[in-house]
Amino acid sequence: MYVVELSGEPTGYSDKVVLEDVRLSIRAGERIALIGESGAGKTTLLKLIEKRASAPVALVPQELGLVRALTVFHNVYMGRLNRNSLVHNLRNLVWPARRDVEAVRLILERLRMEDKLYTPVGQLSGGQQQRTAVARALHSEGSLFLGDEPVSAVDDHQARALLATVAEAKETVVVALHERALALSFAQRIIGMKEGQIVFDSPADGLTPDDLDHLYVT
Amino acid sequence: MTDAISRVYRRSPLARTLGFFLLLALVALILADIEIATVDPWQEFGRLALGVVTPDFTATEHLLTAIAYTVGFALLGVTFAVLSGFALALAFRNPLVRGFCAVIRAVHELFWALIFLQIFGLSPLTGVLAIGIPYAGIVAKVFAEILEEADTRPAATAPAGSGALSVLLFVRLPDVWSHYKTYALYRQECGLRSSAVLGYVVLPTLGFHLETAFREGNYSEVSALLLIFYVIIASQRYWARRILLPFYLLGAMILLPWSTEISATNIVCFFTVYIVPFPLRDGQGLAGLLDWLHMLMVSQALPGTVATVQLTMIALVVTGLLSALLFPLISPLLFGRISRTLGRLGLVVMRSSPEYILAFILLQLWGPSIDAARHCRAVPAQWRNHRASGRALYGNPHLALRRCARRVPLRLRDTAAGL
Repeated sequence: MYVVELSGEPTGYSDKVVLEDVRLSIRAGERIALIGESGAGKTTLLKLIEKRASAPVALVPQELGLVRALTVFHNVYMGRLNRNSLVHNLRNLVWPARRDVEAVRLILERLRMEDKLYTPVGQLSGGQQQRTAVARALHSEGSLFLGDEPVSAVDDHQARALLATVAEAKETVVVALHERALALSFAQRIIGMKEGQIVFDSPADGLTPDDLDHLYVT
Repeated sequence: MTDAISRVYRRSPLARTLGFFLLLALVALILADIEIATVDPWQEFGRLALGVVTPDFTATEHLLTAIAYTVGFALLGVTFAVLSGFALALAFRNPLVRGFCAVIRAVHELFWALIFLQIFGLSPLTGVLAIGIPYAGIVAKVFAEILEEADTRPAATAPAGSGALSVLLFVRLPDVWSHYKTYALYRQECGLRSSAVLGYVVLPTLGFHLETAFREGNYSEVSALLLIFYVIIASQRYWARRILLPFYLLGAMILLPWSTEISATNIVCFFTVYIVPFPLRDGQGLAGLLDWLHMLMVSQALPGTVATVQLTMIALVVTGLLSALLFPLISPLLFGRISRTLGRLGLVVMRSSPEYILAFILLQLWGPSIDAARHCRAVPAQWRNHRASGRALYGNPHLALRRCARRVPLRLRDTAAGL
């Protein structure tokens, strides 16, 4: 069963890279890493996948899209804003319900952030903000996780742990990654992009970081 | 020389804009009716200066009540404005709402007060609505702009199917909340000024006593009242606390003199008689109405509009010049801490003094000319983030002030003359 099928029609956003002839199918259950230089079209491809996805999406955009004035709890809770009534959402804004606090706390524990539950996001470091955005995506019911460099601000060890948590929780995972070694250790399938085109689409088994180097060599 | 000027002119849009406004102001200045009418302004000025250094806090009867009323009207009016302005801001994309807000904020609170005076008489409702209605229009515009400029990226990550209201409250509002709070506080400061000023017309606020003291030449009382007013405004950040707001509002509700009853006959009368153009009331028919409208346009509205625009143009440039001269006062590059504190204090006094009070002082000094009005506009405007620089100025404050000072019940046609 496919969650996304792209059949090559050109796609462009006003000021972004135009994707040319991108043919791509993603099955439910796949773990995919998108690699390529900045400007290669990874963000554009992720946005296209989001738009065409047939499964509900759990999104971590590059700019995170957190509400800085609210606490970590509120930002993570936002992942399920669509699951509750307006009254319940409002109530949680003012006086968080125990059931929701517990659910959010469980997720934050997996990300080692439980001590920041009631810290306003504006006071967090870059890495903590990134983990908050990942937590929000984990809390949401989306089964297709789309992350645009979601672990760029944490160290290598944490990045692996974070991606493992994501892979455990979400059925299908597509992440744009900068670190080639990280991509190879995490993904089953690697998609390489260059100048708006897919130049490389292969299972990760047996690949080495050196094999991916030519993507970065012009 | 002319070559150099035209080169600068072509290259710099800033120079073009500045030059354009300077030229406009110059033309307006040449055409303006400026003369100093008072024979001996210095004698009066000397008494005024003496009053400033000898404030007399015992001269005003019911001083505490007047202070409480000033704050009370401001609080209720601004609260009404912030709440309804917020609601309007959410619908601000609608051109009808946008137009409605423009109309209500284009009319000055003084004129709203004159209108409501006809409807509700001396009831506190007159004061609260006179402040609340134009402010609601201003608040709506500013709140809507703040929301428009806010970061849209968080809302883009909200899961599909989240209700619009949930997204608004949970995602879009929290980050603009602090801006709303700051602006509401600033509006409260303006509200205090308006509340005091409306005392010139109708409310039993500080302005009422100020006006009386001015008229009687009791400048020690004037300076005491002004000092109290500055202290109220300067200390606002210490007493304006969110947690205390309900108590303040309740206190204001209880304190204001609601006992004045609203007469239903007055309200009916307003809509059936007062608001009907005078020739129709007089049975002169359509021809009479057209004649009257023509007369009103030619002899009052058009000259009034010209004078208003003229004054605004001059005041805008004077404001710019004064701002350029005065802002170094609070610049850490130029002055030490003590000088800056003094400078800041001076600026607080300048922006807290109601335009009318400055107009009144200048009127005493220079007599009734258009010049006094220009100054009263330029002085307080410059340190205020007043988006209304193009808003109609009280064209002939002399007329408005004198009329109000006599406290003659006003008719609507007088407002037209005032404008």
